[in-house]
Amino acid sequence: MSMIEFHNVEKYYGKFHALTDINLTIEKGETVVLIGPSGSGKSTLIRTINGLESINSGQLVVNGFDLASKKTNMNKIRREVGMVFQHFNLYNNKSVLENIMLAPRVVLGRKDDENKKVAMELLDLVGLADKAESMPSMLSGGQKQRIAIARSLAMHPKCILFDEPTSALDPEMIDDVLNVMKKIAKDSSMTMVVVTHEMGFAREVGDRVIFMDEGQILEDDQAKEFFDGQPSNERARQFLSKIIKH
Amino acid sequence: MINIIASHGSELLSGLGQTVLCSVIALFFSLIIGSMFAIFEVLPSKVLHTIGRIYVEVVRNIPLLVVTMFFYIVIPQYVASINGFVAGTIGLTIYTSAFIAETVRAGIQSVSGGQMEAARSNGMTYWQAMRYIVLPQAFKIVIPPLGNQFINLVKNSSVLAFVAGFDLMYVGNDIASTSFDTINSYLVVGVMYLIITMPLSYYMRYLEKRTNRGAA
Repeated sequence: MSMIEFHNVEKYYGKFHALTDINLTIEKGETVVLIGPSGSGKSTLIRTINGLESINSGQLVVNGFDLASKKTNMNKIRREVGMVFQHFNLYNNKSVLENIMLAPRVVLGRKDDENKKVAMELLDLVGLADKAESMPSMLSGGQKQRIAIARSLAMHPKCILFDEPTSALDPEMIDDVLNVMKKIAKDSSMTMVVVTHEMGFAREVGDRVIFMDEGQILEDDQAKEFFDGQPSNERARQFLSKIIKH
Repeated sequence: MINIIASHGSELLSGLGQTVLCSVIALFFSLIIGSMFAIFEVLPSKVLHTIGRIYVEVVRNIPLLVVTMFFYIVIPQYVASINGFVAGTIGLTIYTSAFIAETVRAGIQSVSGGQMEAARSNGMTYWQAMRYIVLPQAFKIVIPPLGNQFINLVKNSSVLAFVAGFDLMYVGNDIASTSFDTINSYLVVGVMYLIITMPLSYYMRYLEKRTNRGAA
């Protein structure tokens, strides 16, 4: 069974056609990079995967759950599908450690000593063990994003969605975040879907590259073919040449 | 002023006691009722949202005196015999709860939507996200305007004077009309209201500072 399956998915905001006839299958353990100009529907697409956005028609199955069905319990999907946001969204009223430990405690009922052990291991992984007691307001953007990734990992998800994780960061901070993401991608059981403009990252870590424009998937290639060969789609070629020039 | 205090001290004290009692009761219940309607208003459910809106809009747009008179006259006639103090306290509670609902709603809505999204994406239910993430942040934002509401509540409790609630204002009216020393009677009453509201005002300020420090 695949991790994520879209079949003829359509999404509208009022009259605006946000997603048009999306067909996409993502296998377990794959790292898939979503690229495209702003307003092309990348974020909408990734947000449908954990039900932050509903779909109007078509079929969407994530981790065996049917998202088009009203009976599906979204909370169960979200336990196993983490998300990392452009603007981090750390819990402002909680310390770094509490940010990581809260959901495992209240959602999974993880015991305190184990919870703390897991959290500290993850803080080590993202290189911020010394910030355990800090409040989010004391961290830089790059640090916040690494904590957000640790928070997501603490639920031991099968899949993590990254919605432009480095777009709000200073250039110097971007590498720290990308390095953490690369570490996660090495774990072959983790499925990753990444909306990004970081082409270096896409080429190095991505198994597949999806190019979107105007709510449609125009190109779905192996990463190597996409970057080293030429995308067959004209619009994708244009986009790539603009973004890689500098 | 000294004369008034010397000759009517015990009545003034009992009036002060009634005012404080009424305020504390009304504060407690209006906070609960107000927060409940505030949550109604932010819920995704259309029905509850509409109920919340109607409650707030109706109650806060009727003068306090009219609301209070309603309870003073209607409840004894159709439900149970209650005295002026109870009727006044109910009126004050209902009236204040509408303003508290508006204040708390604004606080909840000023917490960035990203906080709720992050909590939901983390696997929490709507109520868990509210309880652990959104409401604590909303409460912090709401402390200063809520303090305003509390002070207004204490002052508005003077409405009890109109329904024989034997509060501070009622006692003041009584003393003024029997002693004919109108100015001093009301001066004393004014000072006694200050004795309640000033500490409250400073306490809210202290609370505001303390919660801000916690977040730094």
